[in-house]
Amino acid sequence: MARGGEATPARHRRRDDDLFPVAPRVPDADTVVLSKAAIELGAPSSVATRTEQNAALPASPLVQLATRHGLRPAGKRPGFFGYLRQVWRYRGFIAAYSSGQLVAQFSSARLGQIWQVLTPIVNVGIYYLIFGLILNTQRGVDNFIGYLCVGVFIFNFTQSVLTNGAASVTGQLGLVRALMFPRAALPIAVAVTQVQNLLVSMGVLAGIVVLSGDPVTFNWVFLVPTLVLQSLFNVGLGLLVARIGVQVPDVRQLVPYISRTWMYASGVIYSVTVFAEHLPPLASKLAEANPLLIYIALARYSLLASPPMISTPQHLWIMGGAWAVISLVAGSVYFWFGEPDYGRG
Amino acid sequence: MAELTHTASPVGSGTYSRIPTVVVDDVHVVYRVNSGAGSSPVSALRRALRGSRSPTMRRVHAVKGVTLVAYEGDAIGLVGTNGSGKSTLLRAIAGLLPPESGSVYTKHQPSLLGVNAALLNDLSGERNVVLGCLAMGMPRSEVKGRVQEIIDFSGVNDRGDFASLPMKTYSSGMAARLRFAIAAAKNHDILLIDEALATGDAAFRRRSAERVQELRATAGTVFLVSHDLSSIQESCERTIWLESGLIRMDGPTEEVVEAYREFTQPKAKS
Repeated sequence: MARGGEATPARHRRRDDDLFPVAPRVPDADTVVLSKAAIELGAPSSVATRTEQNAALPASPLVQLATRHGLRPAGKRPGFFGYLRQVWRYRGFIAAYSSGQLVAQFSSARLGQIWQVLTPIVNVGIYYLIFGLILNTQRGVDNFIGYLCVGVFIFNFTQSVLTNGAASVTGQLGLVRALMFPRAALPIAVAVTQVQNLLVSMGVLAGIVVLSGDPVTFNWVFLVPTLVLQSLFNVGLGLLVARIGVQVPDVRQLVPYISRTWMYASGVIYSVTVFAEHLPPLASKLAEANPLLIYIALARYSLLASPPMISTPQHLWIMGGAWAVISLVAGSVYFWFGEPDYGRG
Repeated sequence: MAELTHTASPVGSGTYSRIPTVVVDDVHVVYRVNSGAGSSPVSALRRALRGSRSPTMRRVHAVKGVTLVAYEGDAIGLVGTNGSGKSTLLRAIAGLLPPESGSVYTKHQPSLLGVNAALLNDLSGERNVVLGCLAMGMPRSEVKGRVQEIIDFSGVNDRGDFASLPMKTYSSGMAARLRFAIAAAKNHDILLIDEALATGDAAFRRRSAERVQELRATAGTVFLVSHDLSSIQESCERTIWLESGLIRMDGPTEEVVEAYREFTQPKAKS
């Protein structure tokens, strides 16, 4: 193939001197494309266009061309409510993805989905062994087994969202870089998966409460709004930690410690009255504002005959509702803000 | 001016009235790789205490200022050696990777059709098909009807019922075929194909080439990344050669592919 410099058109001239060009912004080839745009815009010459381009004017000829033909910038963040609508349109994907995760989480185990029931039972068995039999921590709580199990199950619900939510985007970078969908679908799917896990563990829990000697009462109905509020809280929490996990990958190393500390602060394995007994008033007020403490207290109020209470049910409902709203709003706004950047990894 | 008209349209002539679908304006894409704070805990601690962040965060400048305009009806091939930034450029066009500077404008939401669209490997092929379709924004009612069609197209069931087995049990060719089949199930206005045609056996390649032709008929614009130069020559009139994140050549496929061949196999040509 003849490669005489004068015979070759400008756009096909190979620049053999520049394996790593010093002036990367002016390759021959895109000058050609640019000059095409320049003609459309009636610019006098491609050189002039290029100079304008280099001056980085706010509306370069190409951007003008794009906007004139109604092209939209790619990968720009949609408006907040537009984003929410987008997420809603992907509800089918969220449902399919979360039930897929549910299947996948035990897919390598021989017993498969039976683990969904076995996991909470084993969990309770260990706590019963240590706190019920060995340490005998009744601590003035009637039906300590029921008390303990409600705490463990309700806490696990949020804890799994915390753990899996932090990895929900970073762990699916391949998916994020391959397909365009609202990224909030990933942490939301994590929360939905845990709701499905919760339904199973609530069945186990009901059995334990009855077996441990508490009657089935009308109050059990209150478990439904409690779990709804907690689920909303979890969605917000999942969105929050998902973005934090992207921004600071080290957080994933900290999650186990955070969740353990949170468990000790939530009165899962001891009576919630200790805060008022051992802490100064202000500190105990703060400790009692802990959302998980509130959801656990509400669940105990619903299921158990006479659990120790930190405050009136009305106060707990207000606090629980407030936490759900705060978490949901803060989480979704925070996550939405980072939407264009999740592919960067 | 004669020179200008000559160079103005890389693909044929009389294209001034055509409608641009993708405008890429001086786009730079940088990957940030967190390479750990240091090789040992001591050096990591020292770095953390000094507050120097630079050694832990390495920047990989993958696309270094690419400018191009694609028009309706264009089929554009992208060639270049490994790591030249082809896939990264496609991701930036698709809006999946935010550019460091510069901007990308598109007429419609582009769809990236790749073999890397990893879904959930623990799940059966069938479930992955459903998930993939939903992720592409296909309505649920439509998905149900398409599943069998997609599985048939991918040919994973040619050797027994593989569609109900987890995707991790598939051979790499089978998985790639299924992913391609999922992505190709939808009609896209702007289609970005990333080395998807090079997968699978001859029969599948023929099928997928046919499907790409169909998609092209409905799609406004197609970008095709491939190391298989013959498939680019078959389906693209215009080809862009990327090298180290820069456009090295942009023009009619025959000429660009010829030059690229010469570059990659200098001994074959004298």
